Amino acid sequence: MISHDLSVVAPEVALAVYAMAALMWGVFTKPGEADRTIVYVTAGVLAVVGLWIAAGEAGTRFAFHGSFVDDGFSRFAKVLILFGAAATLAMAESYLSKTGLLKFEFPVLITLASVGMMTMVSANDLIVLYMGLELTSLSSYVVAAFRRDSARATEAGLKYFMLGALASGLLLYGASLTYGFTGTTLFEGIASVVDQPEPISLGLLFGLVFLVAGIAFKVSAVPFHMWTPDVYEGSPTPVTAFFSTAPKVAAAAMLARLLLDAFAGAVADWQQILAFLSVASMFLGAVAAIGQRNIKRLMAYSSITHMGFVLMGLAAGTEAGATALLIYLTIYVVMNVGVFAFILNMEKDGKPVTDIAALGLYSRREPGRAAALAVLMFSLAGVPPLVGFFGKFYVLVAAVDAGLVWLAVAGVIAAVIAAFYYLRIVYLMYFAEPTEALDGRMPALHGAFLAGSALLMIFGIVNLFGIDGAAATAAAALVR
Amino acid sequence: MIGIEHYLTVAAIMFVTGIFGIFLNRKNVIIILMSIELMLLAVNINLVAFSAHLGDLVGQVFTLFVLTVAAAEAAIGLAILVCFFRNRGTIAVEDINVMRG
Repeated sequence: MISHDLSVVAPEVALAVYAMAALMWGVFTKPGEADRTIVYVTAGVLAVVGLWIAAGEAGTRFAFHGSFVDDGFSRFAKVLILFGAAATLAMAESYLSKTGLLKFEFPVLITLASVGMMTMVSANDLIVLYMGLELTSLSSYVVAAFRRDSARATEAGLKYFMLGALASGLLLYGASLTYGFTGTTLFEGIASVVDQPEPISLGLLFGLVFLVAGIAFKVSAVPFHMWTPDVYEGSPTPVTAFFSTAPKVAAAAMLARLLLDAFAGAVADWQQILAFLSVASMFLGAVAAIGQRNIKRLMAYSSITHMGFVLMGLAAGTEAGATALLIYLTIYVVMNVGVFAFILNMEKDGKPVTDIAALGLYSRREPGRAAALAVLMFSLAGVPPLVGFFGKFYVLVAAVDAGLVWLAVAGVIAAVIAAFYYLRIVYLMYFAEPTEALDGRMPALHGAFLAGSALLMIFGIVNLFGIDGAAATAAAALVR
Repeated sequence: MIGIEHYLTVAAIMFVTGIFGIFLNRKNVIIILMSIELMLLAVNINLVAFSAHLGDLVGQVFTLFVLTVAAAEAAIGLAILVCFFRNRGTIAVEDINVMRG
């Protein structure tokens, strides 16, 4: 029995063991000697575990008395998380070296956060959900404050910690009420109580609301978004790149499993909450980003808007909605990896630059990079025929089919507002007055990620590389 | 006779006190850490009360997990706070303002 359980959690165990081995490796070599190697080896290990999961056998397997599940949905999310984490980690090395932050603890913390995120998306029990979430959060607090001699980075870490701990408290209070009113922490047991024909009890409703509020913080949905701009701005840029990809996928997938599995019988109760979170995130993200001059803050509001669209797919509460959610997250991660490959190399005289005004007439100096970023900006804005448009399209169709026409209309309006600040970056690069030159030399790896991401956005329009089929299979495993 | 509702009321009062402690406190970050602990302990009361009421051990197991994680969380929070103090020389809440928002 235990051997079956261990075979189900083998990828997580392998990564956790690797994290400890990497820690030993860093400690038992001379200081600074193995740091660079550990970063790249860790990125490789994350990618290999991702491939291992992707190549694994289909079907649904449970472990530890049903508290941990390995199904198509969790595998899709895990592959996305691991590739996102591996890409952002591989890109981090040159920036960390330049700023003197290259320490072997960084890849170890990213690995542990990845283990936490894999546990989150596989959680089929409130205790497992909480443990996965906390493993991710605690690692994230530390990497946010990784530049510990900087007032900004430590302030970012402190803000993230305080609001993150508050969110964990809300989530736990919700978990305790859910446990009390259903008598179990297993999603299966919760579902059997929620599925009964009579409406769910008031206590359980409170539990549901607190759970959703706690997780909404992790996906940075409005009104739980306050930490996002400050943490994105204050953290070192590679950390920002990491925060904007893998943890978002994990939190959104975890919310999807909680709502579409455990609380599937109470769609009417949570649909309004999700629709509100979605519409508020889309609009606030779109409007607040207009005044931003700092590209990292701008990407923070951009990620709030995108999470609004992800939650719209979830608000639909259907299998098509879950499919759209996964497609959207995949496209979002690919775009963000490309954009951050660019942002990591915005520098002048060896100092990082984050003001978007520095991009003035950038296309004259670096036509290739400017063109790639322009494609990504159009894709983030959702301009057809780029792939970013299809992400929004699937979400909107799912919302309309679920009868949430007003939400879809609001989404289109928000997307139009958001297009303004994405297109302003394109405007600055091609038509604005020239400014002080950015002189960063881009490492080949970053160039590959930037160009690859932009090319995927163009050539993906043929068939989305089969992501839609894989996402549909994954969603079918989740929705009963 | 003290029933489940009394325990839940106490826990709810403690939880709300914790939330207010985070938002109304303008003085000291340490008070925020204490408020967070108060919230987690309120949850623990909830879990143990439900566990006893339902005659089911899972709630108490959950409590042990929460206690462990709360200890780790406090350690990391204090570590970040020490770094912050080194940079700024203060831990007053109103001085956490280098970035807007």
